[in-house]
Amino acid sequence: MVQYTQARLDDSFAALSDATRRGVLEQLGRSDASITDLAERFHMTLTGMKKHVGALEQAGLVTTKKVGRVRTCRIGPRRLEEETAWIERYRQLWDARFDELDKVVEELKRKEKVNGRKKRE
Amino acid sequence: MDARRESEATPMKNRTTVERKSERELVVTRTFNGPARIVFEAWTKPELFKQWWVPKSMGMSLLSCDMDVRVGGKYRLQFAHGDSQSAFFGTYKEVAPHSRLVWTNEESDEGSVTTVTFEEKGGKTLLVMHELYPSKDALDAAGTGAADAMVETFAQLDELLVTLGASSGRRDK
Repeated sequence: MVQYTQARLDDSFAALSDATRRGVLEQLGRSDASITDLAERFHMTLTGMKKHVGALEQAGLVTTKKVGRVRTCRIGPRRLEEETAWIERYRQLWDARFDELDKVVEELKRKEKVNGRKKRE
Repeated sequence: MDARRESEATPMKNRTTVERKSERELVVTRTFNGPARIVFEAWTKPELFKQWWVPKSMGMSLLSCDMDVRVGGKYRLQFAHGDSQSAFFGTYKEVAPHSRLVWTNEESDEGSVTTVTFEEKGGKTLLVMHELYPSKDALDAAGTGAADAMVETFAQLDELLVTLGASSGRRDK
């Protein structure tokens, strides 16, 4: 369960790494909008906006529904739980530390090997 | 779903897992590709500890690091973050070479007790870090503190999530 959540968070963070997509989410937080509305508001082509909405949709942050010729976008269904986001940030901190610790461990192993060789000589 | 199984499946980069075991406890696990004596050394020698405790992404620097690693011995880490400084200090309660370290954190009355165990298997070491806080509020506050230390991207994301949480919450009513 925890691992599943983390994979989903990776998608969410990737989707949120783009300023336009964050803007789109804020906009949708205020009201639902069609892709045409969003493209106009963000001065983009329809194709460009469709791509952004697609990334948000894949991350589960936005859902879209086509009625007639209009595709309407809205927030959801999945909201990042505050606690999950908090734990994920904490995990990122420790992961960054442990990546550095990996380097220290490798360096110590290398030194031991060299010293071991010297002793045998 | 099991963290250990997952880290074995990807030997190149071992997975760090964090789990909130209860309202007052956090558990962090990670496997290292080296024997316990080496990993333990990296946690207990200041000159080694300094090399990994403050990764660049934290946006802080470590000004000093004093560690008297023995039962009743003290530690003190001094950090610089922009123009401000902070310290992290406490006392070692248990020191079992290559297998177990326990220390307290004494920056406030709501400090945590951290237990780190090093379990060697086939030349690798499974590290389990258990943090026990005196209350749920203390854990929440500490988590927020650690989060503050993270890069700005996360701060921006936070703001956005609060905005989104507030607006989608309204919608549900």
